Amino acid sequence: MSFDTRIPIYLQIMERIKKDIVSGKLKGGDKMPSVRAFAKELQVNVNTVQRVYQELEREKILYSQRGIGSFVTSNEAIVEQIKEEMARELLGNFVRGMRELGFSKERTLTALQAYMEGEQDGSVKG
Amino acid sequence: MEVLKVNSITKKYLTKTVLNNLNLALTEGKIYGLLGPNASGKTTLLKLIAGLTQPTGGSFSVSGKQAGVATKNLVSYLPTINHLPRWMTVGNCLSYYQDFYRDFSPKQAEERMVAMGLQPKQKISSLSTGMLGRLKIVLAMSRQSKLYLLDEPFNGLDPISREKVLEMILDAANEDNAVVIATHIIKEIESIMDEVIFLHEGQVALMGNVENLRQTRNMSVEELYKEVYGDA
Repeated sequence: MSFDTRIPIYLQIMERIKKDIVSGKLKGGDKMPSVRAFAKELQVNVNTVQRVYQELEREKILYSQRGIGSFVTSNEAIVEQIKEEMARELLGNFVRGMRELGFSKERTLTALQAYMEGEQDGSVKG
Repeated sequence: MEVLKVNSITKKYLTKTVLNNLNLALTEGKIYGLLGPNASGKTTLLKLIAGLTQPTGGSFSVSGKQAGVATKNLVSYLPTINHLPRWMTVGNCLSYYQDFYRDFSPKQAEERMVAMGLQPKQKISSLSTGMLGRLKIVLAMSRQSKLYLLDEPFNGLDPISREKVLEMILDAANEDNAVVIATHIIKEIESIMDEVIFLHEGQVALMGNVENLRQTRNMSVEELYKEVYGDA
């Protein structure tokens, strides 16, 4: 994994884990690698991974069992919540981008609709 | 716990002041990046703490012990130059370190040498710069020290050797020790440092947690470096 060094690295790792949960790569009840092993894999400081796990535990996305390790939550509501959050962020970026292009709300919606319909027909490439 | 405490250290070479009333405190379990342009005092500071040169004024302690023989036993120093006799073999170096340092773990060093692709029979004089760099870091990190001082561990190394050195540092760093890496190659250590120390004219110009600095300034450490030193 390569990082954008202008953004705190722990945030980028958290983001990746959330994506992996939403996409199903990580499933409820899956055991996370140990802090040390994960740090080695990502080539980052152990303290960075420690912080990632702590923050994710605070957000109830991971839970830890003392002496065993950290696990992915099986709570579907939380997974849904992550999905919502990530969708909101994507939408925010999209809307901001369209505004910068000078698209009105109506024009943006029409463009989005046309694009998605085209995508269904296979006439617009992803 | 505090691993290193530096109290107003000054170092002068004849009329030139290299370290000027420098104060510093490092804690266990952290990796520090020691940054600064040439002649900002990085090497002098490391050599001083390693006990290879004496301060003109001020004092320091390592894990609560005042500077002296006791602190030398707690500090592992990796010099920029090649300090290994050219006629020795890789295997010789291992026993050489074992004779010198009671805290040196030959078993750990042997395992790490294998992982680094080093052969015991190879002669120092026949090693490439990359292989020599790998050997030096294995030797330095296979002591069970409280404080590791690494002076330009990536200098002259190709990307693969750099990665190997980085792995070695991460492997040896733990909650009981502290690692200080003096380097010009900031990119290499962006993702592994906890804290950064910027030296300027023999003093600490700025020090802080790198993740917090990124968050508050929206900058990488390398960009921050350019801001701190400007055209220097």
